[in-house]
Amino acid sequence: MKFVDEFRDGELARGLAATIAAEADPARDYTLMEFCGGHTHAITRYGLGDLLPRNIRFIHGPGCPVCVLPVGRIDNAIELARRPDVILCSYGDVLRVPASNRASLQRARAEGADVRIIWSSLDALRIARENPDREVVFLAIGFETTTPPTAVALQQARTEGLDNFTVFCNHVLTPAAIQNILESPQLRELGSVPLDGFIGPSHVSAIIGSRPYEYFAEEYQKPVVIAGFEPLDVLQAVLMLVRQMNTGRFEVENQYTRAVTREGNLKAQRLVAEVFELRESFEWRGLGEVPYSALRLRPDYERFDAERRFGIEYHAVPDARSCDCGAILRGLKHPVECKLFATACTPESPIGSCMVSSEGACSAYYSYGRHRTSERPA
Amino acid sequence: MSHRLDLKQGRVEMAHGGGGRAMAQLIRELFLPFMENPALRAGNDGALLARPEGRLVVSTDCHVITPLFFPGGDIGSLSVHGTLNDVAMMGGYPIALTAGFVLEEGFPLADLARIARSMGEAACAAGVPIVTGDTKVVERGKGDGIYINTTGIGVVAEGVELGGERARPGDHLLLSGTLGDHGIAILAQRENLTFASDIRSDSAALHGLVATMLDAAPGLRCLRDPTRGGLAATLNEITAQAGVGVLIREAAIPLRAPVKAVCELLGLDPLNIANEGKLLAVCPPGESARLLDAMCAHPLGRDAALIGEFIADEHHFVQMETSFGSRRTVDWLAGEQLPRIC
Amino acid sequence: MCLAVPVRVVELLDGDCAMIDADGARKEISLALVADVAVGDYVILHVGYAIQKLDEEEAAKTLALFAKLAGMP
Repeated sequence: MKFVDEFRDGELARGLAATIAAEADPARDYTLMEFCGGHTHAITRYGLGDLLPRNIRFIHGPGCPVCVLPVGRIDNAIELARRPDVILCSYGDVLRVPASNRASLQRARAEGADVRIIWSSLDALRIARENPDREVVFLAIGFETTTPPTAVALQQARTEGLDNFTVFCNHVLTPAAIQNILESPQLRELGSVPLDGFIGPSHVSAIIGSRPYEYFAEEYQKPVVIAGFEPLDVLQAVLMLVRQMNTGRFEVENQYTRAVTREGNLKAQRLVAEVFELRESFEWRGLGEVPYSALRLRPDYERFDAERRFGIEYHAVPDARSCDCGAILRGLKHPVECKLFATACTPESPIGSCMVSSEGACSAYYSYGRHRTSERPA
Repeated sequence: MSHRLDLKQGRVEMAHGGGGRAMAQLIRELFLPFMENPALRAGNDGALLARPEGRLVVSTDCHVITPLFFPGGDIGSLSVHGTLNDVAMMGGYPIALTAGFVLEEGFPLADLARIARSMGEAACAAGVPIVTGDTKVVERGKGDGIYINTTGIGVVAEGVELGGERARPGDHLLLSGTLGDHGIAILAQRENLTFASDIRSDSAALHGLVATMLDAAPGLRCLRDPTRGGLAATLNEITAQAGVGVLIREAAIPLRAPVKAVCELLGLDPLNIANEGKLLAVCPPGESARLLDAMCAHPLGRDAALIGEFIADEHHFVQMETSFGSRRTVDWLAGEQLPRIC
Repeated sequence: MCLAVPVRVVELLDGDCAMIDADGARKEISLALVADVAVGDYVILHVGYAIQKLDEEEAAKTLALFAKLAGMP
């Protein structure tokens, strides 16, 4: 595939890795957090850790919108799906996530709930048009990349007067999550989690631009390099971070220039601003309540808000005691350090969402990296 | 004067499974015309088969696929090919098939006729008769249109011993052609994922190919068709059975460009996707060159490739050397692979 | 997050949509989030929408840079 395969060239990868090894200072460690689940996937699937020197280490951050979706919100989604008048439309990622009482959307579907996997918000609109006598609820999840498609669907619904269409909104914001990690006590005060730099998300940045990260770079003095999705992109970003760290710089650099600009996609940003507003607070699985980190529908779209229409009440549900998803999402622990990893918690019977979602650190490591048993992997 | 079945507008009724005149009519007018052979026409409770030379192998399969009709086949042809292939994977040459139907009341006779025709054609092309069958009808709402069970009987020649447990370190792994065609053809038909493309199911009967392979490589250790769960599931089964590991090369795996593209777009891994006209072969290293030649010379093995080799490994991992030059494990999925957005 | 793939626009359609092609797989997608897309352009596709045009010149520059950084001619 054009613009994909060329960015997966193995020979170039080895060359880049050699350059990185030559420039990395053996006397120090480089601890890099990739925020985007797609990067976690690329790193484990392509074994980038194997190519890099041992003093460069990846920490997997909370860039997986399924992993950070609290159990209580999935319970709400299941509650909606179980209503006989509702068709719940969802992206595939959420179906297997375990919720309270061992329920899941997939299980609810098996028990008779009308849950439909869609690939696009446009499909949810179509289903609403085709089923005028049913309530069609779109389970909207995702970071800033996935929010504009929901905004378009809502504008379309309003234009058409599609009154049986509502959105259960769980859109969350990247900068807020980054802030939360950087503000975590361990990082700020105790210094027990060395975090030297960020690999910025590819497609979130295509929408929001590189500008929002400038605040973090300056305030927390950590370099940020926005990287593309493919393994060569990630490697180049690592080199750029190493170079910044070697020269004591902490800037925002853009490696993914073929899709990301400083301003981002203004048309998409405007659309989102027309339809959504900030929630004062939202619970993130593993991170707790995070202020101004999530979106809800604006008042002039409130008739399309599923939470209002169906009187949804949120009840927080604590994670299983031994589940380390919270620490893993913050980059404080590696999957293998969780007692449940690969024993009680596997893709077949996931306990936490890091294992269910293929973007989760645990799932990625379990699926692609278990053969590296002798070392703690990157 | 009796009315003939209305194969255009008619629907399955409870009486069609009742064992009476209605059922006899269904068999006579809808099934027999497409599956003609002496045993079936005799209309007895079972079919007599001559005792063959060699060992018998029997295999059975149930088919519940939706959509019923897809590019490259339908539930009928699939049910024939699937069972013929299971027999062939045991090293058997198939000699007879049975077919059992569970029909839902209200199922269109036009669809049933289309499926019966497809089964008949598949069986005829394969040279294997459907010698006996059964039909039941369940009430509306209690079935998914149609379920089919097929059983196949085959003969395994002397000296042919195939089984997953026989793989050993040093053995070579061959794949008969492109991966993922069937699963993606099915997925692309699903309501919310339609992609226009020329991707067709690879559903096919492999016993002819297997016969040439057994000739070319008498030391063949194992044959397995990577159906549900894909190559990943099949290889993990074999390594567990044999207590070995396997290392495959991504660059060697044949994959059609549009299949790869759809996988990229939906976030799917081709290694997890079902195939219905492909097989994996494990053979001693000394025989693999000749085996590969024989496969490539056969129409169903044109794209065959040597994709890996078995190694000693106490963990029984399936590992892959990526095109990128790194190594990763190939796990088998918990359940069906779901399209993802993340 | 955000699985997104570069695809080629092969036809512009009504309703701010386009037909894209990815190595022979075709699908109708929405152009509501982008502007000035022409046939032959590559766009980044995410959940049925083009979220950005792919800058082919920048892509070529990035590839050239890889080669340079990798110490290749």
